[in-house]
Amino acid sequence: MMGVNEKRGSAFPEGGVLETPKKTLFQENWGLFRKNRLAMAGLMIFVAFFIIALTGRILTYGRDPYFNPALVRLQEKLRPPLSKPNMETLKPEEVPRLGIYLFGTDDLGRDVFSRMFQGSWVSLTVGFVAVSIAVVIGVFLGGIGGYYGSSQISLGYLLASVLLGGGIIGILLGGTAVGVLMVLLGAAVAAVLIRMGNSKGKRPIPMGFSVLFFNLFSVDVLITGLIDIMLCFPSFFLILTVVALLPASIYNIMIVIGLTSWMGAARFVRAEFLSLREQDFITAATALGVSNWRIIFRHMVPNAMSPVLVSATIGIATAILTEAGLSFLGFGVPPPDATWGNILSSGKDFLFDAPWLTFVPGFAVLIVVLAFNLFGEGLREVLNPKLRER
Amino acid sequence: MLAFLGRSLIQKIITLFFVSVISFLIIYLAPGEPSQIDPMNPKFTQEVLERFRKEFHLDKPLHVQYFYFYRDLISGKSVSWKDNRPVLGKIYERFLNSLPLFILGTLITWTLSFPVGIHAAIRRGSFYDRSTTFLAYLLISIPGFFFAYMLIIFVVTQFHVPVIGMETFGISSAGWSWLMDRVWHLLLPSILFGAGGIAVLSRYVRNQMLEVEGQDYVRTAKAKGLPADKVHYKHALRNALLPFVTMFGLILPGLLGGSVIIEYIFSWPGMGRMAYEAILARDYPVILTVNFISAILVLVGTFISDLLYMVVDPRIRL
Repeated sequence: MMGVNEKRGSAFPEGGVLETPKKTLFQENWGLFRKNRLAMAGLMIFVAFFIIALTGRILTYGRDPYFNPALVRLQEKLRPPLSKPNMETLKPEEVPRLGIYLFGTDDLGRDVFSRMFQGSWVSLTVGFVAVSIAVVIGVFLGGIGGYYGSSQISLGYLLASVLLGGGIIGILLGGTAVGVLMVLLGAAVAAVLIRMGNSKGKRPIPMGFSVLFFNLFSVDVLITGLIDIMLCFPSFFLILTVVALLPASIYNIMIVIGLTSWMGAARFVRAEFLSLREQDFITAATALGVSNWRIIFRHMVPNAMSPVLVSATIGIATAILTEAGLSFLGFGVPPPDATWGNILSSGKDFLFDAPWLTFVPGFAVLIVVLAFNLFGEGLREVLNPKLRER
Repeated sequence: MLAFLGRSLIQKIITLFFVSVISFLIIYLAPGEPSQIDPMNPKFTQEVLERFRKEFHLDKPLHVQYFYFYRDLISGKSVSWKDNRPVLGKIYERFLNSLPLFILGTLITWTLSFPVGIHAAIRRGSFYDRSTTFLAYLLISIPGFFFAYMLIIFVVTQFHVPVIGMETFGISSAGWSWLMDRVWHLLLPSILFGAGGIAVLSRYVRNQMLEVEGQDYVRTAKAKGLPADKVHYKHALRNALLPFVTMFGLILPGLLGGSVIIEYIFSWPGMGRMAYEAILARDYPVILTVNFISAILVLVGTFISDLLYMVVDPRIRL
């Protein structure tokens, strides 16, 4: 089946003969994007950062890494950038690979270049994983809110899901007896609902049970309510609290940032779905008997993705900044693993004696985040025709 | 109008209830207990621990704890676990310290963003527009703590003034030098507080202005030969300003968020720093109260902005 916006341009010339358009949508957008020099610079830095982080992963992790970020040389501490190592005091295996300390050394004599190299991988993964989590949750909830928004949630379904969910949480927390009881009750309610739902209309519902089908609120109210609730939390403070209470690990940071930043994507997808649902090609698909899931994932999601893509790009920038802030405050990746935030954090004690410990990671974060922001804005201008210059 | 007010009030109370439940669950379900914060301390015997748990209801089931906690919070009786002082009093004291920072930062943001954004929109595509755009991206992208250290290095080496803390320790408490000392200490954190805001707000002003400038009535005004200044500032600007009236409500939550790192760097004894210390000490009442208050601020802020929008924009009046 032909996608809606794959083909554009003059598909019907005067002769009435179908002719393939000269440019695909991608080529057209790429042409526009290339004219935006700032965004192009952003894209190039983005690609370079990607390659650097991947090589950093290969060269600085493992038992005997090529660049060893954890090697302590106390006699060589706080050497400025580009300084030569003092060969007489170093064992042969302690000599830095490049022959010089490209970015200097820190207060333990560790090579800042190797540590920056290692930190680039942390920044990259935090950005991408956190945003992927946020986008998946956002698209899922926003999609449900937009597509099934008008269907009602009845008392019975709410009861069943609350009992089941509460029971499972109860079992996980140790209250086994109560938990099992709640799960059983929930399952019973669900079973009654499904039986009744199947025979609905054929047989009259017995008196006592009709209350289960009392409609409480719509799905849309539920989803928008959830978004409103999440927006009430001060995000950095919430992330800080959760990360501080959980055991220190990079995965916790990714998950927490992802779980607290899906609201933007959910809103965009919901709004797009609301307008897409009314359009003719969806009506046509429904009339052809295409299933709901296929309509959602094959026809609606691809058309709703462009604002999500833009907000995801900018979300990566925000996630990298948040991770750096957390590392700076001393939460997050446990030492000795380096991140840009904790290099800067340990450098703050030597602000005037060793400013490179502040400037090198600071500029690295700045450049990468700036690249993502510029790339995202360029993408927004290309994907949203209303913003194009006339 | 009244129906709208009532509906939105009920909606906000329900939201607040769920926020209180969720934040309570997050904190209490996280692994570890406040009684274990200092396991090496010999003063924490089993007996003391039991008394501690009993005193703060930690031995009760979760829903009972929830009830006790919010009852204490609303009646103003909840105390900090760290030093047994009333939480609300503690927050109020720190709030007074944060207030000058917040006011000056907000003033810097709002007074600078509007001229910058409007000029950028009027001269779209010019050198001025492009450089302010780039500068805005730079300000959005720079990590706050890095920017803070650059400013500290600059000010300390150029002007030789101390900037960390609220005032220089032991300075005489009156006179010109004291005032200047306070101003210097206030200036850097406020600039940092305002910097991110300027970047976002000036971009928003520019886009809003561009949208209005593209409308037909502005073209009509130009076509009938009005002077450019009159078109820009009288016809276009007024409509472009509409959405910003609503943003007054949205400043409120800024009282709390975003100041943790700045106050940490500058050792500023404000609310953000208090929240940070409370998190380190697992002082649950303080953490939860700060969270609750900021949720209230967000809800009140959106409510005010809805109201203001209805007042200034007759098109959406219900």
